[in-house]
Order: sequence, then C-alpha cells, then structure tokens
Amino acid sequence: MTSPDAVRAETITITGHGGDEIEAYCAVPLATGSRGGVVWIHHMPGYDRETKEFVRRLAVSGYHAVCPNLYSREAPGADPDDAAATVRAAGGVPDDRLVGDVAGAAEYLRNLDGANGKTGVIGHCSGGRQAFLAACSLQLDAAVDCYGAFIVEDPPEGLPASMRPILGLASDLSCPMLGLFGMEDRYPSPDAVAKLDAELNRLGKDHEFHSYDGAGHSFFSVDRPAYRVEAALDGWQRIGDFFAKHLEG
Amino acid sequence: MCTYLTEKIDVDGSGKGATGWFAASQATVYVDHPVHAPYGHTVNIDVLNPALGPSARVALELTEETALALADAIHRAVASAPAGLASKNQTV
Repeated sequence: MTSPDAVRAETITITGHGGDEIEAYCAVPLATGSRGGVVWIHHMPGYDRETKEFVRRLAVSGYHAVCPNLYSREAPGADPDDAAATVRAAGGVPDDRLVGDVAGAAEYLRNLDGANGKTGVIGHCSGGRQAFLAACSLQLDAAVDCYGAFIVEDPPEGLPASMRPILGLASDLSCPMLGLFGMEDRYPSPDAVAKLDAELNRLGKDHEFHSYDGAGHSFFSVDRPAYRVEAALDGWQRIGDFFAKHLEG
Repeated sequence: MCTYLTEKIDVDGSGKGATGWFAASQATVYVDHPVHAPYGHTVNIDVLNPALGPSARVALELTEETALALADAIHRAVASAPAGLASKNQTV
C-alpha cells in the first residue's frame, strides 16, 4: 500500500495565458484517491525554493497542487531572483496574463487522475492580490489571500499599471475566501483589510479574515526575519481547515 | 511589504555577474524584500542587460544607511577626479 504522505513533485509544462507553454511546479500524492486541486501563486520574489516547499506541503496534505512560473516567458530557466528582477524591470505581471495562467493551471489540475473537480487558489504577498483577482475572474471553489496588497489601497505613485486596485471586482468573487493578515503590515494596512472585509460583507460574499498581532508582512516566510511562528502555525491550520471544507470530497 | 515601485535608469558601462563580465544597459533601484541579506527590507540595486537575459545581472541588497553611503561615496569619487575623466565623452 502506498504511504499517504508519498508524493511526486516535479517541473512540468502547462498551457497558460494565450496558449503559451509555461513552466510549472507540480506535486501530487502517490496514493490513489479523490483529490481537490490547488493553484499556488508565487510571491513577487519568484518561483523559488520556499514556494515549491509550500506546493509539496499541500500534496502531503492530500491535494493536487500546481504553481505556475509567472516569469516563465521573460526568464525561462533563470534563477528565481534573476527572473524576479527581470520581470520587475519590465513592469510586472499583467493582470490578464495572471488570470490566464491560473486558468491554465486549474485546467491542468481538473484533468489529473483522481481530480474531484474542485479547485482552490492561494497566494502570498503579490500572490495574495492575484489570488483574489483570479477568484473574481474564474469559477473557483476556494481562495486564500495571504497579505496581498493593492486590492483596496491606491498604490504609491509610479506603480506599474498592472498593480491598480481591484476592489471593484469583489462582486464577481466566485468562491469562499480566507484572508490572513498581519496587524503590523503597511501593505496591506489593517485599514485596507477592514475595507475589503466591509465590501465583502456588503456584497454578502462568504469570507473569513484573521489578522495577527505582532506579525507584519510575509509572516509565513520561514527563510526571512519576518517569520512569526505563532501566526504562521495558526495560519497553516486555518488554510488546512478551509481547503478541507471546500475542496475535499 | 512589496513596494513594487522601481526606479529604472539607463546605464553605460560593464558589470560582472554570475557568468562573467557583460555590457550593462540598465539599472533598477527598489526597496523590497532581499533574497539574501538578513533583513526584512533592503535597498535593492540591479545592474542589468535585458538583451543578454536574466542572468546578466549584478545584484546588491543594502540597508538604507549603507545604500545612501554608497551613493555619497560615488559622488565623492567622481568629484575627486578631473572633470570628464570617466565621462562617456572622455579622451582616451
């Protein structure tokens, strides 16, 4: 019998926005079973080792998980930090391309053996904003926004056009949403989080937000000084419960 | 936080990156998370040549104090040399 925590994790190619073939990192349990799928959106520093660890963690938890390399087009095969610098210099990832890449990753997940047809999305940092964007643009079953900025607030002057606020899309949110934030964060600030919460309440959108005292931006990042163990442990528990509720079956 | 805001300028010169020397054409400066420096945020400076690919990059991640000190040091070094000695229009 295959161990329930045995996974296969590897780089694959998926069809992203505009029919482009893009790199992605995929992790799936080896044991057979009915599986929900999760698209992981990497943070602005890129498709890095720590993000791939998140993807493997989801597979160990029983999900099919895929993280598209959003910088695949500009920097194929490059080190993640070089790729991130290249895309930053070029103005960032356009919103429509992000949606197309997530749609491609979701389609890949739905076609895997054992897929139950339910698909979630999760992202940290810029990926948190993009998880919200994807959930407002695609038909999904669960979305997790970990401290995504510039959903609500006006960005600093000079920001690329790709980073404009997207609160106006909230009425199109297609699925329940979990939001995890730090009270010490400035982007998004507690005020911006409160505005997003209020708008989702006004629209009657199913969501739950948790903001952690003593945590700032990037508190899930075990490789950065911003890591906050209590917030991260509680956050992972909530992510697990949320996906179990909405993606299993 | 990710500031996203990036100062970008054209540059003229060379840099030495992971694959050796290359002709530099662009530099970006931004405040964001570092990859390696042991801080939450740093002033990140990339000297690039996009035409040569993502690996044509010299990267710095400096605290704001040392980034500003570096800028001052550049000004002092240039000021201490004869005017135009390192200019694009220098006499060789």
